[in-house]
Amino acid sequence: MSASPSPALDLDTLYRESHVAGALEALERELVGLVPVKTRVREIAALLVVDKLRRSVGLEAGAPSLHMSFTGNPGTGKTTVALRMAEILHALGYSRKGHLVAVTRDDLVGQYIGHTAPKTKEVLKRAMGGVLFIDEAYYLYRPENERDYGQEAIEILLQVVENQREDLVVILAGYKDRMDRFFSSNPGMASRIAHHIDFPDYDERELLAIAGLMLDNMKYRLDAGGEAALREYIALRKTQPHFANARSIRNALDRARLRQAKRLFEQRGTPLTREALMAITAADIRASRVFKNKEKIA
Amino acid sequence: MRLTQGTFSFLPDLSDAQIRAQIEYCLGRGWAVSVEYTDDPHPRNAYWEMYGMPMFDLKEAAGVMAEVDACRKTFPRHYVKVNAFDATHGWEALRLSFIVNRPPNEPHFSLEREEGAGRLQRYRLRY
Repeated sequence: MSASPSPALDLDTLYRESHVAGALEALERELVGLVPVKTRVREIAALLVVDKLRRSVGLEAGAPSLHMSFTGNPGTGKTTVALRMAEILHALGYSRKGHLVAVTRDDLVGQYIGHTAPKTKEVLKRAMGGVLFIDEAYYLYRPENERDYGQEAIEILLQVVENQREDLVVILAGYKDRMDRFFSSNPGMASRIAHHIDFPDYDERELLAIAGLMLDNMKYRLDAGGEAALREYIALRKTQPHFANARSIRNALDRARLRQAKRLFEQRGTPLTREALMAITAADIRASRVFKNKEKIA
Repeated sequence: MRLTQGTFSFLPDLSDAQIRAQIEYCLGRGWAVSVEYTDDPHPRNAYWEMYGMPMFDLKEAAGVMAEVDACRKTFPRHYVKVNAFDATHGWEALRLSFIVNRPPNEPHFSLEREEGAGRLQRYRLRY
């Protein structure tokens, strides 16, 4: 034991200096709900800050493995969180450039023998220093075709995931059940991915908050009737097939914008105010197909 | 005899950290970086073999460094160089090219200049 006590280390200063606080706040502000996801992102951020502090006093632990798998239904924010993740990792100095390269099976797998390896390697090289986001990763593995080249891409990925973890972070994303099947048939992949994060579906209150955020960004606002109509719309839409969480909401709002523009256009001649240009009314939302189907059923 | 071709060739060999920094500079300027090798460093041999495709849209030198290392491992007794191509209008040319690997024993050769008829100049290689 050394006689002199080691100097006190200031975790708070390091945290504030690393700009990660800004990225975490943006995550909190821009994404509604997703509590388990945010918790895990905070944990990872904390680990990296502490790791940095440990390194500054000579406690080397090697780069932690940060490869992740994001599972969840469509429209739950997987891509958005991946983007934020890239920013956070960059702010903490874990990834050197902090860019996100989003790819699907087509970008990795070639069409003929010998085409896959160069293609995959090229994508990996582009992603170095940042984050490689593989959307719908389970399409890489097609057990029904034993000559499928996807397996080759997986093998190259595995190599890089294992040996070059300081150069890039790989995030696999997709629907829960299919990802589970993908991992059970590729145990090597499952064991090399440290963080499995599940994105829960949004409830109606959260979807309404998301709609509010989207409208704010697009500089629109709902009048009182519009908000009630939207709440009803969300409740109805959730029960219908092909519901894609936030993405469905975005599409609904885009169509409401269309109807608002049509409504304003039809009453041209009357003077318009700035408020009128911003307002989306109940009529704009209630004209949706979702409500019509309900009448049909009733 | 030490081959002096390309940028930095009169300096001591670049360390890997220095090579990485040079590549970072190229990528930062949006140049496409490629790796080439040859066993024939004759000055007239302008076309070295390509080691893989030129690398476009890279953000970081790690990918190129991996390629350089792979090329050195495959051809430890060859010359290896890194090229950076600038595709912007008006340039469309190599902007930087430097040697990153030399064989342990470099061949000896030198150029001799000969005056011909009129103002003609001929070069002759002497081993």
